[in-house]
Amino acid sequence: MAEIVLDHVTKRYADGTVAVDDFDVRIADQEFVILVGPSGCGKSTTLNMIAGLEDITEGELRVDGRRMNERAPRDRDMAMVFQSYALYPHMTVRENIAFPLKLAKMGKAEIGERVERAAGLLDLAPYLDRKPAALSGGQRQRVAMGRAIVRDPKAFLMDEPLSNLDAKLRVQMRTSISRLQKSLGTTTVYVTHDQTEAMTLGDRIVIMRAGLIQQIGPPQELYDHPRNLFVAGFIGSPSMNVLPARLEEGLLRTPIGDIPLRGRLRRAADGPDVPRDVIAGIRPESFEDASLMHDAEEGGTFTGTVDLLESMGPEKLAYFTLDTGAVRSEHLAEAGGEEAGEGCQLVAQLDPKSGARRGEAVRLWYDTQAVHLFHPETGENLTER
Amino acid sequence: MEAGRRSVSGWTVANVVVVLYAMVPVLWIASLSFKDPSTFSDGSFIPRKWTLGNYAGIFTNADFVRGLVNSIGIGLISTFVAIVFGTMAAYAVARLAFPGKRLLIGVSLLIAMFPQISLVSPLFQIERALGLFNTWAGLILPYITFALPLTIYTLSAFFREIPWELEKAAKMDGATPFQAFWQVIVPLAAPGMVTTAILAFIFCWNDFLFAISLTSSDAARTAPATISFFTGSTQFEDPTGSISAAAVVITIPIVIFVLFFQRRIVAGLTSGAVKG
Repeated sequence: MAEIVLDHVTKRYADGTVAVDDFDVRIADQEFVILVGPSGCGKSTTLNMIAGLEDITEGELRVDGRRMNERAPRDRDMAMVFQSYALYPHMTVRENIAFPLKLAKMGKAEIGERVERAAGLLDLAPYLDRKPAALSGGQRQRVAMGRAIVRDPKAFLMDEPLSNLDAKLRVQMRTSISRLQKSLGTTTVYVTHDQTEAMTLGDRIVIMRAGLIQQIGPPQELYDHPRNLFVAGFIGSPSMNVLPARLEEGLLRTPIGDIPLRGRLRRAADGPDVPRDVIAGIRPESFEDASLMHDAEEGGTFTGTVDLLESMGPEKLAYFTLDTGAVRSEHLAEAGGEEAGEGCQLVAQLDPKSGARRGEAVRLWYDTQAVHLFHPETGENLTER
Repeated sequence: MEAGRRSVSGWTVANVVVVLYAMVPVLWIASLSFKDPSTFSDGSFIPRKWTLGNYAGIFTNADFVRGLVNSIGIGLISTFVAIVFGTMAAYAVARLAFPGKRLLIGVSLLIAMFPQISLVSPLFQIERALGLFNTWAGLILPYITFALPLTIYTLSAFFREIPWELEKAAKMDGATPFQAFWQVIVPLAAPGMVTTAILAFIFCWNDFLFAISLTSSDAARTAPATISFFTGSTQFEDPTGSISAAAVVITIPIVIFVLFFQRRIVAGLTSGAVKG
């Protein structure tokens, strides 16, 4: 149980590269915080600094108010789960789980009891006398978890613990990690590059890019109110549609029609330093098949030819190519947006009852109030400032 | 099918040739060692008159027995010291970034390459001045010097194979750097250490140059050097029988060594440590 405070923490390497820049977050006791971002954004470095595996160049790390910067990893009482699991191959599962307790010079009887309890919690009891080589990927992952929970540490640090598992197992383990963390109530910092894991697991998400925190908040807040184009593009799957747009008198001209400037769009357009050419963002689920809309809800409509239709079961994804150039922005490229090549791609998430067919035109309705406007250079969300 | 059989028989022939090429001199020496002195030059590969006299002779020779004891003692001590220091040095080379690392690797490579013959006279002078000449230490020191580059190179290759995350995991589990090294890294590097120890021991055991130049009596003279001092029972007689018997005797420990440790060199001990 611990509150972890990263007080303006910076990591600068000897050659001058800054891996983490002014990281300032207060992680509450029992909180589950996710560090997410593309590779090389500094999330693992941040985790290693909390663990003590890397030195902190500037700033202070405090756990329950006590400065940790100079303490060795073994004196911080934190447990870590590695992406590769890092099980000791020459020890059995039992010895692996007992290893931290043995190092803590705990009595034999208590070690045995605790190992049994952890093994029971993780369904590892039948495998206690096997070596890691004789286990499947999911079992190895659970052993790594067992080694972390067995000594009841102040915090769990997890470095992409699920990325070596296949998709189905990953979803299973995701829920069991979440349940385990809630029942143990141990403060957890979890690093991932997978936005789905971030959205589903965390109490709060810290989105990083190139060493800088982009936004901190609960998953839904990041989804609904992304502070910039990078966050908007990173969170959500399929990701937000981005379209070139132009502000004119009382109107926002976009490739999917003119949108009257009202409410939050009006306020965004009237803000200081707003260029005429902006980037409009609209999430796939803000679209619907116009024929399924019962009453004429406020919104725009546009007609396009379906390039590709994916039936997901509870929804259909319709892909369109708009006859306008794609938006090119460094903010999006780093967020993992696929390079569209030619033409501007649009994805709409439709109700499965929709009659849309591949190669045929369909009329779509979209929620004009769900449109975000972004500054083309800074990437700042103009509708959220 | 036909082609497969032909290639199998081709391999068999090649294997037989290679094995014969390697084994004939050894078998010849073994055969000589069992021949009665009167039949040494009869040209027969298989002894016509078997005898154990040559073996009995060398083991009643106090110099040779003493030489064997020296060889075993000096070899084991040198190997042990080289492994202990080599392990630590190799770990540092494989894992740590420290100033002068490249220099250290370069110097150890240089030592390994250095022609030993050019060191004999200076070593002779130095050891005489220091009182190390004709002592165990006088041989152990140069042996360690030449075995260390070998152990550092082989062991650092083994250490590099061990996933670094294991060490991080040990640290997170509460291990001191030494505990992480001793309880996690060393057990995983054990096969490599055994292999390296065998190589280092064979190097010490086989050395002739230092053994002959840095000793003057049976106080420190090792078995290979002792053999060169064998004399026949008369000045007209070659000590062929004793030399072959002694050659066979000093080969046996190496064969036993390799056979015994071969089982321990289990490949793939690290499998299952990380994803796979």
